[in-house]
Amino acid sequence: MSEEQIKSLERQFDERIARDEKIEPKDWMPEKYRKTHIRQISQHAHSEIVGMLPEGNWITRAPSLRRKVALLAKVQDEAGHGLYLYSACETLGVSRDELYEQLHSGKAKYSSIFNYPALTWADMGAIGWLVDGAAIINQVPLCNTSYGPYARAMIRVCKEESFHQRQGFEIMLKLANGTPEQKEMAQDALNRWWWPSLMMLGPTDDKSVHTEQSMKWKLKRKTNDELRQQFIDQTVPQADVLGLTIPDPDLKWNEERQSYDFGAIDWDEFWQVVKGHGPMNKERMKARVGAWERGEWVRDAAMAHAQKKQERKEKQAV
Amino acid sequence: MSTKNWPLWEIFVRSKNGLEHRHFGSLHAADAEMALENARDVYTRRNEGVSIWVVESKHITASNPENNGELFEPAQDKVYRHPTFYDVPDDVKHM
Amino acid sequence: MKNENLYNYILGIADNSLILGQRLGELCGHGPNLETDIACTNISLDLFGQVRSYFQYAGKIAGDGRSEDDIAMLRKERDYKNVLLVEQPNTNFAYTLGRQFLFDAYHLMFLRELQKSTDLTLSAIANKCIKEVSYHERFSSDWIKRLGDGTDESKAKIQEAINDLWMYTDELFHQTDADKAMVAEGIGVDVTQLKDAYYNYVSEVLEAATLQVPESKYFHKGGKHGIHTEHLGYILAELQYMQRAYPNMQW
Repeated sequence: MSEEQIKSLERQFDERIARDEKIEPKDWMPEKYRKTHIRQISQHAHSEIVGMLPEGNWITRAPSLRRKVALLAKVQDEAGHGLYLYSACETLGVSRDELYEQLHSGKAKYSSIFNYPALTWADMGAIGWLVDGAAIINQVPLCNTSYGPYARAMIRVCKEESFHQRQGFEIMLKLANGTPEQKEMAQDALNRWWWPSLMMLGPTDDKSVHTEQSMKWKLKRKTNDELRQQFIDQTVPQADVLGLTIPDPDLKWNEERQSYDFGAIDWDEFWQVVKGHGPMNKERMKARVGAWERGEWVRDAAMAHAQKKQERKEKQAV
Repeated sequence: MSTKNWPLWEIFVRSKNGLEHRHFGSLHAADAEMALENARDVYTRRNEGVSIWVVESKHITASNPENNGELFEPAQDKVYRHPTFYDVPDDVKHM
Repeated sequence: MKNENLYNYILGIADNSLILGQRLGELCGHGPNLETDIACTNISLDLFGQVRSYFQYAGKIAGDGRSEDDIAMLRKERDYKNVLLVEQPNTNFAYTLGRQFLFDAYHLMFLRELQKSTDLTLSAIANKCIKEVSYHERFSSDWIKRLGDGTDESKAKIQEAINDLWMYTDELFHQTDADKAMVAEGIGVDVTQLKDAYYNYVSEVLEAATLQVPESKYFHKGGKHGIHTEHLGYILAELQYMQRAYPNMQW
């Protein structure tokens, strides 16, 4: 194809997206579109399955049977969401095993919030309330993104996700209305998860490299800073309901902007964690790689068995 | 890395009797039985189904979007296949 | 307690699901792949659901306001009545699946009989559980066949797991005093009657999986009387941690 033809195809492609048409797997797409989507969808999938670890770590210690089943179901949903997203990614011509390989080798990124440790039971509340809350803000607009399989996966994810945040908030509410010791546990969790949750919405717009292109392809509908503001504005009143204090002395309602002003985010910490030096980066990767390696003989056995069964069937048919 | 990866399967679920099976998504499984079990565990956790079909993705033949012009556009101007093409006086009922 | 035998009988049933559910819960996020991870978590969720039904009923029978969580999390080590089999660790996936299959095969037969209990609550619970457990048994027996008739490595691993876990199977068919009293009243299941059918069925599956049926005649017992393996203490340390560290609080 000549360069001119490609340009023309790209123009038509962009017009289709601008008309809100969906792109489906076998449609022609610019190579950059494919690559960007593989990167974003797989990052998203990796975040789901790494995200299983901090919460999974509390399943055996949940304080009641009701909380235990809710947490189990939630962590299981994350596995499901990872699976939906990997499947969407596979329609772009990359296998799940290749994507795992990228995760395990450190080539692929995942949401760095999961590199923080879940230290107390209240962290289950804070993660559900804040981390899932921030995730939902990121995810809801993606139900309408241009790549069909991604949009469909996100619709399913968002539908299932709606219980996660409520589950977390309920844990916080119970603690906040509980004994002083419980309330303290809740406040401590909020203190530790607040800033990482803000960072989770991504670097500030002037530092964000992908925003403009992503906007055009509807991989993003709002900028990181807009999303962060939205998150803060909706979360502060929720903290008030809980009677907990957001750990930001500069947090103040701005009448003119009809939004909260907030303090400076420690971006050095953010980049340190992104670059692999957060409190739990190594642990998380060790857990993922370990599970995958320990599972290899199991996966191989299932394939070997399936092949034997198939061969026996073919022999019988002859 | 193992080279014996589980193949990909497409999952179709009937959400209740009277409705058709609809494509729900895909997953990996070593064989058809496992694909059914995995589909049950992955796609019907919230009571979404009463029947599941699984088909290995490689067995699906898909039309090529490049041929969409010849495949689908010719149907666009065949308006006489639709009831609104025909003029019937407003006071004729049950039609 | 007026009906102590019934109370203890229910705990004897429910503790198996509780401890096995807890063991499976450890694996969530660490399975061989996503599909299998999700499947094992489903089994864990089913088991905890069953536990709640049983303990809520037991709480009513105790009649002193104790909750499902009090029963699940505030007993002493010796008061847990689960069989030794279910507390065995997730050494590897073969042990997890071997344990699951050896228990599921029993569990299914047990629930079929419990459905006939003259205690209507227990028969109703059994009625609901049996659908879940039928699926568990299908899942685990399928996997036994996959691992047994898979690769040389998987065959060796699952054979080793079955051999090691075999010594805990006989206990499934022991009776406590509470069991005997409940059988006499038509409430409980006479597990001694299930033994032959169990070993026949398990042998069938193992043979279909091209595995050897262990011949060992040495068995361990004690779980039903609260004498456990050392593993249980650690399971309880996690299970009870929050209730012990923060007593008398609502969660």
